[in-house]
Amino acid sequence: MAYNFKEQMSKPERLSGGHRLCAGCGAGIAVRGVLRALKEEDKAVIAGATGCLEVSTCLYPYSAWNDSFIHSAFENAGATISGAETAYRAMKKRGKLDDNYKFIAFGGDGGTYDIGFQSLSGAMERGHDIVYVCYDNGAYMNTGTQRSSGTPMYAQTTTSAVGTHSPGKLQQGKNLTEIIAAHNVAYVGQTTYLSNFKDLQSKAEKAIYTQGACFLNILSPCPRGWRYEAADIMEICKMAVDTCTWPMYEVQDNKWTLNYKPKNKLPVEDYLRPQGRFKHLFTKENEHLIHEIQVATDQNWERLLEKCEA
Amino acid sequence: MSIKERLSGNEAVAIAIKQINPDVMAAFPITPSTEIPQHVSTFIANGEIDTEFIPVESEHSSMSACIGSQAAGARSMTATSSCGLALMFEMLYIAASLRLPITMPVVNRALSGPININADHSDSMGARDAGWIQMYAENAQEAYDNLIQAVRIGEHKDVLLPVMTCQDGFITSHAVENIEILEDEKVKDFVGEYKAEKFLLHKTDNMSMGPYDTSAYYMEHKYQQAVGMENARKAIEDVAADFAAMSGRKYDYIEKYKMDDADFAIVIIGSSAGTAKDAIDELRHEGVKAGLVKIRVYRPFPEQEIADALSGVKVVGIMDKSEGYSNNGGPMGAEVKAALYGNGRNIKAVKFVYGLGGRDVKIESIREVFDNLIEVEKTGNVPAHYQYIGLRR
Repeated sequence: MAYNFKEQMSKPERLSGGHRLCAGCGAGIAVRGVLRALKEEDKAVIAGATGCLEVSTCLYPYSAWNDSFIHSAFENAGATISGAETAYRAMKKRGKLDDNYKFIAFGGDGGTYDIGFQSLSGAMERGHDIVYVCYDNGAYMNTGTQRSSGTPMYAQTTTSAVGTHSPGKLQQGKNLTEIIAAHNVAYVGQTTYLSNFKDLQSKAEKAIYTQGACFLNILSPCPRGWRYEAADIMEICKMAVDTCTWPMYEVQDNKWTLNYKPKNKLPVEDYLRPQGRFKHLFTKENEHLIHEIQVATDQNWERLLEKCEA
Repeated sequence: MSIKERLSGNEAVAIAIKQINPDVMAAFPITPSTEIPQHVSTFIANGEIDTEFIPVESEHSSMSACIGSQAAGARSMTATSSCGLALMFEMLYIAASLRLPITMPVVNRALSGPININADHSDSMGARDAGWIQMYAENAQEAYDNLIQAVRIGEHKDVLLPVMTCQDGFITSHAVENIEILEDEKVKDFVGEYKAEKFLLHKTDNMSMGPYDTSAYYMEHKYQQAVGMENARKAIEDVAADFAAMSGRKYDYIEKYKMDDADFAIVIIGSSAGTAKDAIDELRHEGVKAGLVKIRVYRPFPEQEIADALSGVKVVGIMDKSEGYSNNGGPMGAEVKAALYGNGRNIKAVKFVYGLGGRDVKIESIREVFDNLIEVEKTGNVPAHYQYIGLRR
C-alpha cells in the first residue's frame, strides 16, 4: 500500500499527548513514528530504559502509554523485553492468551550504546521476536548532557567539557548500528526524521513485522543538549543526512541497502554550525578539528557505500 | 505415597522446579548453583516440561528477564549464587517493588573478594533488606520443601512478593542425601496455576508498570511493600499447614532443638544446624543443658518467635556465617540481639562469626562456642565485641 502522509498522521496516537517531554524533543517523535507502524488490531508491550522518555511519559499516577508499558531500570530494556516476549510465547503455548502482541523496547543512547549494551547484545543474539529502538540524541540528556559512546567527536558535553586544554569529546561516536548488524539479526535500520517520515515508517514496519530480533537506530535531536532552535529539528536531521554524518541504511538477510544518497553531499560544517555544542569549532585555531571530522565522516561514508554496493 | 530418593540439594531443587513447571526460567551459570539451570535445560530438552528457558548473558539480565516475564503474567524463576546475586542487587529491589512473586533458589556462596566458591551467607545476607521473603534450608529435603512452599507464599494475593530459598553451597547443594520427594501431581495441585490479577498481557486492561514515583507517592508505595511482608507471616503459616497435611513434614519460622530446658543455646542458619545438633547431643550426654534455635524464615524476621524460644536460657550464642563490617558482628547478631532487647529479655548474648568462605564447621567448632557461653555464665563477663570461630591466628 502506498505511503500516505496524511493518512498516517490521522491514525490514533498510541503515545498520548500531555507527556512531559520538552518541546521539540526527538524522542517523542521516534516513539510516535515507530508506533504508527503497528497495525491497529495488534497489541503491544513497550519497555523503556530509564531516561528522558521514561521519566517524562510515565509518572505515577499518569501514563502516556496506551499500550502496556514496563520500565524497570536503565541498563536492561533488552532483557526486560526478552522476558515479556518469552512470557507471551509461554502463555500462548499453554493456551492462556490468544491476542497478537508485538514487543518493542525504547532506550536512549546512554541506555543502549553504553550501560544497556550487554543486555541489548544478549537479547539480539538470542533472537527474541522483538524490536529494540534506540533514540540516539548523542549524550546522557536525562542527567544533564554527559557524553556517551554515541556522542560525536568534538561535541561539547558536561563530561567532555570544552576548555583551554580540551576541544570537547576526543573520540568518534561508536557505530552501534553496524555492531548490531554484526549480530546477524533479522533486521537493522538506521534512520531519522526526513520530509514525510516515509523512511521511518517503512523501517519501523519492517522491524515490527519481521520475525526475530530487530533493531532501529533513530537519530533523535535534542534541542537543549545540542543547543539549536527547537523549531529547526527537521533541518538539523536533513543536514545530518545530507552531510553523510548519519546515513540512512538498512541490513536484512546480510544485504546492506543505502536508502538515501544525497544528490549533493554537503560539508560537515552545514550540520555542525547551527548547533551550540559545536560552537567552539568555528574559530580560526579550531579549523583543523572540523577538517578531522570531515575526514572521519568521509571515511565512514565510503566504507558504508562499499558494504551497500557489494 | 512419597518417593524415597537419594539426591543432592541442587538435584532436589531442580526436581521441584520440574514439578512446578514454571512458565519461564531465565538463568546464568554460577558455581555452586549452576546445576539447577543445567538440570532444567535437560528436562526441557527431553520434553519432560515445557518451561520456556532464557539463557541470558548475565545474572542482571536473568533477574531483569524474570521481571519482564512475571510482569507479563508468567510464573518465572531463576537460580543463582554469590556474585550473581550481587550483580542482581538493583533488580532485586525492583522485583520486590513491582510486587512480582518471582521465586529464586539461592545456593549460598561467599562473595568476592577474594574470590572463593564455597559456602557462607554473605550473598543472601547482603540482600536481606531488598524486600524479598527469605527462607533457609538445613538440608536437601528442606531446600526442596521450601521451594514448593515459596511459590504459594509469594503469589498469595495479600503478599505478592518475590521469595528466595537458600541452601548452603556444596555442603547442601552437592552432597547426596536421602530425601522424600512428592508425586508430580501433588506438587502441581499444591502450587496451582499462576493467575496474576494485573499484568502486561491482560486481555482488556493495559497497564503501565515501574513509573517514576515522586516523593508524593514513593513512601506510600514502600509502606505497601512492608504491609505485604507483614501479611507474609500468615501466608507462611497457612502454606506450611497445607504442606504438612500433604507431606507430613511440619515447618515453622524457626526450629527449636532441645530448647525446653536449655541453659545455653545457639541461634544458627543453614547446614551447620545439623552439625550443631550432633554437638548438642554430645553436650547433653555430658550433662550440659544445650539447645539450638534454627532460623528458617529470615524475612519476615521472626522476632517474637526467637525471643520466646530463648526466654529461658542463661546465655545465647548468635552465629553469623557472614561478616557485617560494622565492627559489631554480622547481621543476625544484631537482629537477634535486638529481638531480645525489644522483648525485655535480659539474656547474655555473645556474637560469633564462623564458617566464612567454606571454613569447615565441625562438632568441635560448635563445642567451642558452647565452651564460650559456659565461661560467660561462670564469670558473668559478656564480651562487648564479637568473636571469630575457627580462625587460624
